[in-house]
Amino acid sequence: MPERTPLSDPAITMELVSDHGLSEEDYNHIKEILGREPSFTELGIFSVMWSEHCCYKSSKLLLKTFPTSGQRILQGPGENAGVVDIGDGLAVVFKMESHNHPSAVEPYQGAATGVGGILRDIFTMGARPIAMLNPLRFGNPSIAWNRYIVNGVISGIADYGNCVGVPTVAGDIYFSDSYNGNPLVNVMCVGLMDKKDMTLACARTSGSYVVYYGNATGRDGIHGATFASEELSEDSQERRSAVQVGDPFMGKRILEATLDLIRARVVEGIQDMGAAGLTCSTCEMAGRGAKGIEIDLDCVPQRAENMSPYELMLSESQERMLAICPRDKIDQVREILTKWDLECCILGTVTDDGLMRVKHGGRVVAEIPAAKISDDSPVCRREARTPEYLNRLTKFDPAAVEPPADYNPALLELLAFPTIASKRWVYEQYDHMVQTNTVVSPGHSAAVLRIKGTNKHIALSCDGNGMYCYLNPYIGGMITVAEAARNVVCTGAEPIAITNCLNFGNPEKPDIFHQFAECIRGIGDACRELNTPVTGGNVSFYNENQGEAVFPTPVIGMLGVIDDPQWITPSGFQDEGDCIVLLGPEVTHLGGSQYLYQRMKVVVGPCPEMHLETERKVQAVCREAIRAGLVKSAHDLSEGGLAVAVAEACLRSERQLGAVITMNAQLRLDIALFGEAQSRILMSCAPSSLDSLMQLAKVHNVTARKIGTVRGERLIINRSVDLSIASLQEAHHTVP
Amino acid sequence: MKLGVVVFPGSNCDTDCFYALKEVMKVAVDYLWHGEQARDDYDCIILPGGFSYGDYLRTGAIARFSPIMRSVAELARKGRLILGICNGFQILLEAGLLPGAMVRNISLQFICKYVNIKVEQNHTPFSNFSKSVLRIPIAHGQGNYVIDAHGPAELEEHQQILFRYCTPEGAVTREANPNGSIGNIAGIVNRERNILGMMPHPERCSEAQLGSADGKLIFESIIRYLSA
Repeated sequence: MPERTPLSDPAITMELVSDHGLSEEDYNHIKEILGREPSFTELGIFSVMWSEHCCYKSSKLLLKTFPTSGQRILQGPGENAGVVDIGDGLAVVFKMESHNHPSAVEPYQGAATGVGGILRDIFTMGARPIAMLNPLRFGNPSIAWNRYIVNGVISGIADYGNCVGVPTVAGDIYFSDSYNGNPLVNVMCVGLMDKKDMTLACARTSGSYVVYYGNATGRDGIHGATFASEELSEDSQERRSAVQVGDPFMGKRILEATLDLIRARVVEGIQDMGAAGLTCSTCEMAGRGAKGIEIDLDCVPQRAENMSPYELMLSESQERMLAICPRDKIDQVREILTKWDLECCILGTVTDDGLMRVKHGGRVVAEIPAAKISDDSPVCRREARTPEYLNRLTKFDPAAVEPPADYNPALLELLAFPTIASKRWVYEQYDHMVQTNTVVSPGHSAAVLRIKGTNKHIALSCDGNGMYCYLNPYIGGMITVAEAARNVVCTGAEPIAITNCLNFGNPEKPDIFHQFAECIRGIGDACRELNTPVTGGNVSFYNENQGEAVFPTPVIGMLGVIDDPQWITPSGFQDEGDCIVLLGPEVTHLGGSQYLYQRMKVVVGPCPEMHLETERKVQAVCREAIRAGLVKSAHDLSEGGLAVAVAEACLRSERQLGAVITMNAQLRLDIALFGEAQSRILMSCAPSSLDSLMQLAKVHNVTARKIGTVRGERLIINRSVDLSIASLQEAHHTVP
Repeated sequence: MKLGVVVFPGSNCDTDCFYALKEVMKVAVDYLWHGEQARDDYDCIILPGGFSYGDYLRTGAIARFSPIMRSVAELARKGRLILGICNGFQILLEAGLLPGAMVRNISLQFICKYVNIKVEQNHTPFSNFSKSVLRIPIAHGQGNYVIDAHGPAELEEHQQILFRYCTPEGAVTREANPNGSIGNIAGIVNRERNILGMMPHPERCSEAQLGSADGKLIFESIIRYLSA
């Protein structure tokens, strides 16, 4: 039993327990697990491990409803990252995480350490990180503070990712007042490995050494996980000390050293010290292997003086790794670490007694059954209630909005709208080419990377429209998956698995929990229908500012595989005279559209519909048409509707080709052009392929219409739009 | 013929250079660890891009003290070819093997994109080809080349300016200059013409699938020179 250590340790009172975010019930449970009162250090350990951020207490019951298995899934949720078999003995490892709260108070370091953290999750599995994607949501860019956040986040991502040499190949950025003060900074990393290199975060053999390498431990980031589990308020700016500081050069060295250790087969388990630092890595590795771990904190390299055991266990200093190393391999481990100028510190050993035992100054300061910390973590059954606003907003009839008097400026303004405008000003700050695998660069619907040494390519996309989820969380959840899948299908890929990052407000509020539960249901249903299991992800709650929640924003990261390079399909038009074909259902309203948001500054109306069966069929037609060689370009319709998709297809053509489009006169033109109906793909094909393409659509019972021709140097739609490609270009490249 | 790609801690284009030489150019190439000396039998040494030592202090300022830089200088003195790409160019400047220095891009931002460069000389081991404008990517935060007042004239006089940023048609204009470098300089050679430093990345455009194969011309030129 631990002794009361340093004199400075406060006495455990219910007030202290409550300050640690633990309830009386939690506290009684802790006493039950320990059979006694916890020490201060132990209280800290339970506090972080039982925070929402680490133990998913509000979400875990619902997350269990996700489909997580499939032929290709080698590792589902629960490890550092999901692992998917792509054939040829290779596996893709991928995961997404959020760094929302740190980025709200310290955008540069918040975003940079988000990148560093997700990279470590990937390479600790044994995979070399080959791509990063960054879904970002920012507040209104006309507010100076938001611009400060935008610039800080983008530089933070760029400086870390560029230095480590992992290309940032895709992302998406939305701007909305909803994210004022609480930006969403999600980072996704994708790694590639030989299947046989897969390494788990698990301590399996008693007597093996517990090895620490990387940065020394400081006082930065103490209670970062707890900070992530509460709402932001005016006081949050004073929480900068909960934000860690990144060192990409150290990140790069631990990346190379870790991959060397794994390939040399000298470690049996490995985990990075991310959220909850040393605490999480020790108790999770011991728990997974049904072992114990004993460590001596005096052996932890420290960069601050007189750190208490509480601080050492809870610090979230970045770029630190913990490996389990068989005794006879320690010399090889030391040699590899020395090559990368890293110190090899043995903190302790794996034991048989199942206890996480922590010593400091010769005394035991914590002794907890390791598996119990995760297995017995609290579960909260939150109340859900349909929010009142839904009735109000969905009653709004968008047809009451006057059509624009002149469609030319209407389209140009929409193209220049920050959410829709080109993000070139962002992705040119990211190295998106390093590693020389990027075949389709940012600026398209999905990125395509080659897998060297094979014919295979992978396609990657991330999507998440918070406005749709706000208007209808269930349908919005489905659309998020469907759109991510559609994006990779358009490149010629077959979607095979997803990861996710679920960004919501305070789950203790029934309105918010309703949004969460419904989004989960939508995502799960779509994943089942489209056969893309969930391999893992992250939940970020408490995304609120001054008590206002952000839009419910689940973000999906989609992985697709392309077996034949000939299938890779661009999104821009290719040749003069090609037919332009629109695949998918008719648009019926303007609800939830960026067009309404941009023109009327309102988020209203019904959310676009989603029929999963139609979606699946549309994607099947696109995939089969591409494989049959019928398709010259394919572009998914999303924000901004048909008009924006056609404009982008013109702008993305290498020769800046124009298009002549004729729309059905029965439909209101503004709805036809700017409505955001789902399950639609814009294709171009040679005139000689048109009949076959139409026939294929008919076989699948999918609506397909020829709507125009690739022609000239202008975009012409009926008699309403007539714009030069140069003017589209100028509008699209507006920097907010 | 044997080529070597140096690996510093923080190099991140080392594998890309290695791949381009081995798999695309099909020549013998080794990785050379920065902490060792390069043997005398290397015909060409490549200092790759990346962030050696995390760009701490100044780009290339620490890497130039790596043990291997002594043998790089020695091999250069013997007339072997040395190619510094991006961070490799910055290291060559810090090591004094090429004149001038780098400061931050005029935009103060990292820039990754395709640019065009005009080939100013064809009579170097690195540029013995006829194409006069190359389409090639850059990816750097500090590629704004500067030199003392007499520098530009001296570089001109000794025909040391090999590449300048230009328009697709080959016009050297202010608009075509992505980083503010003096005289649109993208790459320079030493007076002996066996050391080239360039900011753009030929290894990133050596296969058409990656958007351009113009970088291959530079590697082909090197291999032709070494085979002669």
